[in-house]
Amino acid sequence: MTVATVTSSRAKSSASLSHRLAERGISTRLLLLVPAVVFALGLFVYPFLYGLGLTFQPLPATQAQWGGGLFANYVAFFKDAFTFDSVWITMRLALPVALFNVLISVPIAFKLRNRFRGKRTLQALLVLPITLGTVLTAQGLLIFAGRQGWLNRFLIETGIIDQPLQLVNNYLGVMFSLIISGFPFAYLLISSYLSGIDPSLEAAARTLGANWKQRFLRVTLPLLAPGLATTFILTFVLAFSVFPSARLVGDASGETRVLALMAYRSFAEQLDYAMASTIAIMMGVVELIVIAVVFLGRSFLYKGSTGGKG
Amino acid sequence: MSNATLTRPTVVTGPSKTAKPGSRLPPGEKSLVASPGTWFVWAGIAAFFIFLFGIVLSVLVDSLGRPWFNTWLPENFTTAWYQQAWTRFNLTHIMGVTLLVAFSVIIISVVIGVPASYVLARSSFPGKNIVTLLFLLPILIPPITYGIPLATVMYNFGLGRTILAVILVNLVPSVPFVIITMTPFIEQINPAIENAARMCGANTRRVFTKILAPLLIPGILAASILVLVRTVGMFDLTFLVSGPNSDTLVVAIYRAMTAAGGGESRQLISAMGVLYTALMLLILIIALRFINPTQLVAQVKEARED
Amino acid sequence: MSLSASAFESLEMKDVGRRFGGRDALVDLNLTIRAGEFIALLGPSGCGKSTALNCLAGLIPLTHGEILIDGKRIDLLPSEKRDFGMVFQNYALFPHLTVERNIAFGLQMRNLPKAEIVRRVAEGLALVKLEEHAKKLPGQLSGGQQQRVAIARAVVLEPRLVLMDEPLSNLDAKLRLEMRAEIRRLHQSLGLTTVYVTHDQEEALSLADRLVVLREGRVQQIGTPEELHKNPVNWHVADFMGYRNLIDVEVESVSGKLARVTGGGLSLDATLAQPAVPGDTVRLAIRPSDLLVASTATSTDGHNTFDALVNVVEYHGREFALGVTTTMGQNLFVQAEVAPLPGEKVTLSVDSARALLYHSDLDAMSSEQRELAEVRG
Repeated sequence: MTVATVTSSRAKSSASLSHRLAERGISTRLLLLVPAVVFALGLFVYPFLYGLGLTFQPLPATQAQWGGGLFANYVAFFKDAFTFDSVWITMRLALPVALFNVLISVPIAFKLRNRFRGKRTLQALLVLPITLGTVLTAQGLLIFAGRQGWLNRFLIETGIIDQPLQLVNNYLGVMFSLIISGFPFAYLLISSYLSGIDPSLEAAARTLGANWKQRFLRVTLPLLAPGLATTFILTFVLAFSVFPSARLVGDASGETRVLALMAYRSFAEQLDYAMASTIAIMMGVVELIVIAVVFLGRSFLYKGSTGGKG
Repeated sequence: MSNATLTRPTVVTGPSKTAKPGSRLPPGEKSLVASPGTWFVWAGIAAFFIFLFGIVLSVLVDSLGRPWFNTWLPENFTTAWYQQAWTRFNLTHIMGVTLLVAFSVIIISVVIGVPASYVLARSSFPGKNIVTLLFLLPILIPPITYGIPLATVMYNFGLGRTILAVILVNLVPSVPFVIITMTPFIEQINPAIENAARMCGANTRRVFTKILAPLLIPGILAASILVLVRTVGMFDLTFLVSGPNSDTLVVAIYRAMTAAGGGESRQLISAMGVLYTALMLLILIIALRFINPTQLVAQVKEARED
Repeated sequence: MSLSASAFESLEMKDVGRRFGGRDALVDLNLTIRAGEFIALLGPSGCGKSTALNCLAGLIPLTHGEILIDGKRIDLLPSEKRDFGMVFQNYALFPHLTVERNIAFGLQMRNLPKAEIVRRVAEGLALVKLEEHAKKLPGQLSGGQQQRVAIARAVVLEPRLVLMDEPLSNLDAKLRLEMRAEIRRLHQSLGLTTVYVTHDQEEALSLADRLVVLREGRVQQIGTPEELHKNPVNWHVADFMGYRNLIDVEVESVSGKLARVTGGGLSLDATLAQPAVPGDTVRLAIRPSDLLVASTATSTDGHNTFDALVNVVEYHGREFALGVTTTMGQNLFVQAEVAPLPGEKVTLSVDSARALLYHSDLDAMSSEQRELAEVRG
């Protein structure tokens, strides 16, 4: 009698299967995600895979010259000194620039930590180059740092040098360009990492008797290091991808024959799409290796919360 | 009552601005001009700004001067370069293309990205991590690496050198950017207010139009401005797929600089450069009038507890 | 505000249950609510009270059971069609709308004429005494004020049911008391049927006509405050009702409704709230105010007494809260009118009718319940 009434009055809710799916998070709301996923698959994943596939379809000429069958493009990439050298050329530019940008941002971020009059203006100005862009910076460098430009004029007239310095159309020009566009970015990141460190940690170290150097080396730097690693990676990626500057203020056939230029040359001038994709993908691979190395080093550092508001 | 002698109050000055390194300041006081480290920092900042202003000013002066080679400043000033550049490079068309591309990219990436952000912010579902990674990748990978394969595909589809191709390639970094910006923004909106709206009788459509949309708009505007700046300034991707009819301003300047035969007249290019900067500044000024960039963070005030 | 106090006769929740993530968040909730009643759902976190409320609201679907109003099923209706008002724990005010517009929102959703909306919003503002804050944004208000706006927004619709999800838990103690009185006042003047979720038993007791005590998704007891106060059905409910002294004791003998129990340094006659036999280990529940400090003024026949050592004496204004320890080390709480000194020895007595004995195991099932569980599978 009790049993019978129980089973009869128990009506299941009508939303049974859809309820169980909704529990897992699968509902009609997910449809909102579809356009973005279609976009990502169609404009990113597919072309990338297509390009990857292309790298295994070398032109007959490439095969003839380098052998290796399907892998002819890769063989060419490693064996052709002209191409392979550009890896080192790009590294020679990107690594020092990235290091420089990160290292120089640290003391500057430190000094600009506290409030002072005009801080906002200063920060806005520091970030300005992001809006200038590489092409404009290149034109400006050509004029300003050229043989007739103000910089050389000033140095000559104040007697620091006799002959104008060759600051553009070479390695230096591209370096300057990368620093001008890369430094604000690195500064912003490191600034925000720094502000993410709870200031009371340093105060505590102070009360425990640590001087400036000790506080920096033993408290701040270890907490900042993972952020520095991340900033280095991001700045490095930006610098490694250098493209227009290498042509505009660099020496595209010599000192600054960077990978991006090589890829473009294959793509637009030689119309060797397979090789172009190969170079592009190898660019990504080299970057990944550097990132992996840095990440490996980073994993030995403290990655927990630094207590600040970030 | 004792005769209180008037002692001269000692004049206490603040920390001397010319304090030597190591001199004693009251605890807690930082002198602005003291250690070599500070000098180094200020010197570095100064050098940076010298280059920055030097560059910008050089281009500006160049664009306004009669032929200028051997002297500090050009002999005469003129605005003729601007008119010449405008007609020579058909800047009306180029400006139009630039703005068309930029606004199309903004609209499409917002329409695609904001709903995706909403789902990412509010739901968890199997495979969410993969989807998030999928959206993050275009930002992590440099443009050339995915740009060349993408451009190849564009050409294969016959879209080479078209405005459509320029729009499509610029979408690839922009949609993830919108998603990455809007997702935390939406997460900050109290999810209970959607329920509250329902309990007040609002159906899904009205929850969206009356409650969600007004709250999302400040964030969308801020993200749009950033997409606008990025797209107008984007060189690598656009260059790979654009042609004479579909160049944006940045690409046009590059082509002028690298034209066969030593490039176009330097002053013409400088004039274009100044126009480009003016366009950017205009965008930023208009944007900052309407949008507070810090709105992307901490938009909705948390309820205060007393 | 003229309100139809009974827009319905009764709301019935039949065998309502919700299963989520492999867990039963709510099981077998059977409750009939009469128009105008103030029902409190009471229990610790995770007990299912918020789940029950959200099921009522339609914000989450039921896994089992039905909800009916006057015999018609409403659990299949979406939230926006149920005509309930809801007050959320974190207020959930629309941050971009002024106080006025927040309150007006529900009225606008009903497409009422503009003049009507204006009138009712003004009444709502007057009801919660926030007239001069009408044009402010929620971010400019204090927590208590925001809560009042949330309440006004819910009641101005004259809903047939008002749901409140721990509305006072984000406020400080003093404000909580004030707002509690406000809610009571509103209920008395408007007569809206209310379901109120809280973990604070004081709040529940002072506001509710009837309480539903929940534990781990299951109803423990439903009753008026007096019923729960006097006759808690198990030791969990007793604990919630302020029976702070819970002592594990052993039954020595049973005679009728009384049993002699020993344990923790005391030996008493107590009342069997749940059946037991000699040899059982049971839980003894006594309110602090039912433990009387024996003095020469009070006569004790030495029957239900035991000795204890006073550890802590707290001054609470009108009375003292004593922490004492028995000879066997059992800590007890006593509420007394005079304060002995810490370190003093006292003799405590308790009326056997106010010393209640319960099963130690809350999930122990009677044979009937076991049958039911088997059918369910």
